[in-house]
Amino acid sequence: MAYTEEELKKELETKEYEYGFYTDIASDTMPIGLNEEVIIAISKKKEEPDWMTAWRLESYKYWLEMVEPNWANIRYKKPDFQAISYYSAPNSKPKYNSLDEVDPELLDTFKKLGISVDEQKKLTGVAVDIVMDSVSVATTFKKTLSEKGIIFCSISEAIKEHPELVKKYMGSIVPQKDNFYAALNSAVFTDGSFCYIPKGVRCPMELSTYFRINQAGTGQFERTLVIADEGSYVSYLEGCTAPSRDENQLHAAVVELIALDNAEIKYSTVQNWYPGDKEGKGGVFNFVTKRGLCEKNAKISWTQVETGSAITWKYPSCILKGDNSIGEFYSIAVTNNLQQADTGTKMIHLGKNTRSTIISKGISAGKSQNSYRGLVQVNSRAENARNFSQCDSLLMGNECGAHTFPYIEVKNKSAQIEHEATTSKIGEDQIFYCNQRGIPTEKAIALIVNGFSKEVLNKLPMEFAVEAQKLLEISLEGSVG
Amino acid sequence: MLKIKNLHASVDDKVILKGINLEVNAGEVHAIMGPNGSGKSTLAAVIAGKEEFHITEGSVELEGEDLEDSAPEDRAHKGIFMSFQYPVEIPGVSVTNFMKTAINETRKAHGLEDMPANEMLKLIREKSELLEIDRKFLSRSLNEGFSGGEKKRNEIFQMAMLEPKLAILDETDSGLDIDALRIVANGVNKLKSKKNAVILITHYQRLLEYIVPDFVHVLHDGKIVKSGGKELAFELEEKGYDWLKNEAVL
Repeated sequence: MAYTEEELKKELETKEYEYGFYTDIASDTMPIGLNEEVIIAISKKKEEPDWMTAWRLESYKYWLEMVEPNWANIRYKKPDFQAISYYSAPNSKPKYNSLDEVDPELLDTFKKLGISVDEQKKLTGVAVDIVMDSVSVATTFKKTLSEKGIIFCSISEAIKEHPELVKKYMGSIVPQKDNFYAALNSAVFTDGSFCYIPKGVRCPMELSTYFRINQAGTGQFERTLVIADEGSYVSYLEGCTAPSRDENQLHAAVVELIALDNAEIKYSTVQNWYPGDKEGKGGVFNFVTKRGLCEKNAKISWTQVETGSAITWKYPSCILKGDNSIGEFYSIAVTNNLQQADTGTKMIHLGKNTRSTIISKGISAGKSQNSYRGLVQVNSRAENARNFSQCDSLLMGNECGAHTFPYIEVKNKSAQIEHEATTSKIGEDQIFYCNQRGIPTEKAIALIVNGFSKEVLNKLPMEFAVEAQKLLEISLEGSVG
Repeated sequence: MLKIKNLHASVDDKVILKGINLEVNAGEVHAIMGPNGSGKSTLAAVIAGKEEFHITEGSVELEGEDLEDSAPEDRAHKGIFMSFQYPVEIPGVSVTNFMKTAINETRKAHGLEDMPANEMLKLIREKSELLEIDRKFLSRSLNEGFSGGEKKRNEIFQMAMLEPKLAILDETDSGLDIDALRIVANGVNKLKSKKNAVILITHYQRLLEYIVPDFVHVLHDGKIVKSGGKELAFELEEKGYDWLKNEAVL
């Protein structure tokens, strides 16, 4: 398990993973293993109130009685939950008033990622709440936001400063015992983001969080809670890259979205965790529970570009509780080498005239397996519910797999459900055609893949779309030869 | 410009070209005619560098340089263009985006910066007018849902954009109605110059009424069995290919 300087140097030399560097910031890591004392210690370190500690311990009890789900189309060695350290925070933790006070090495890390905070500030006007090894170290643009009454902070801060909101909503969409990983997250989450948009307020900027796993052997348990009050609007960006590691890293996040009457939440993710090497060694295990609730006339739109992780298990879902509410899911999932992804969505239609749209684009290369798994459920009281689903798969080479598992449960006769699916292969003829026009093969593949993914890429905010396009290229490099 | 010497080529161990000799100079238009299966499209694919075709003997040279070890994109960068008989579809990639990528990749290969956007737009406008192409057409996905005529016109539009030294038009006339044929032929005629050369591969003499060749070659069973001026095309139209097949046997 020990990660020596020598190994680190070697890793930097091989540089297989572009973002595979490691920031040497003195950190405060808890010994491995999980029990009640560890949970109490985490809660104490975070200076949490008693109700939070109790909530964690309750979650832990549920978790102990649960087993890991095994219905997904993924194969992996189950993590040893007693071999993980559940808390790791950069030591230089104090709250910064300006970026100048932030550890320069940390800023350097972001520069290498091409997402330096100052660049972000200048170019895009995005407020970035940076989560690095579970503790927020910088929150910018807070003032502009607070003038509008918007709260955008770390979840730890929210627990202390806004307990009434956290108490009311945390666990209301993803209950503690929802599933094995959600229960684990509820017990041990170390940080994450909290966002509240007051009634009638349109958030003037894209809110953005960059996640980053940085400590060898530490799992990452993020908790995100976004509440859009009546008639408000927010667009939230979540992006993540992780440095390369030999042992598998566990990532089990929970994201809860609440869109009250007439509110709209747009949640976009670019996920680029370390996928492991060509032999399938290393890589992040990504078990994420993301769910949103729509009240009357509300809308939640999930857009995701998933290019990383050795294992992806993720189903951002919408509960369309309010009449006339809308749920959307736009997804691009890329798997290469030995990556496995089982991802999709659940659209639960409860209210009348609810509508949902699912556009899923799966791209498989190498020896990877890429599955779409989606549920469209129309409740008996959901009059005139409508759903449109489109699942397209693109295959590269002969050794990869694409799978589609659509589940449709309809209990109301007025429902209209449409499902379309296609599978295609990047053909030699397409590549030759591009080559003949002077476009080299790697570039040709990027062009074809971008074209295939266009409907989803178009849903991303501009600056994210550019990054996502680059990521598609990077993750498919060397996949044809 | 192009020198083909004793070219033998095969695909899947099947010998298709059996000793082709051909020389094409700048400013010339050559027509290659012949019945189905005579090796016309194979010749085009070999010049363009399609991977599954193997040169077993002889050589293809462009401006004195042997092309055998040159990748298809390198040949394109050197100025070889092929208009496809069956252009492929690339969903989600607009004609404009495809051309922008092709032009900039070629520029990159020559050590040049990307073409500035305003220049690109100007070029697109100019060339689309030349080929009577509606600008809306350019934002559609490449060849997706295009009619036969639109596909071929799009091929010639790409040729106009890339300004190749050597253009090989593989059965560009097939599937075209008379209006489309006229537009395509006009486009090719306008693009002809003293500096470039065109090889027309065709089954019928029809295209040659619009694009007048300097030389006509008849391909049969992997060999050029007869070469001549433009009159040869008319003779072929009159007598059919059997006339030459018999002659080849003699």
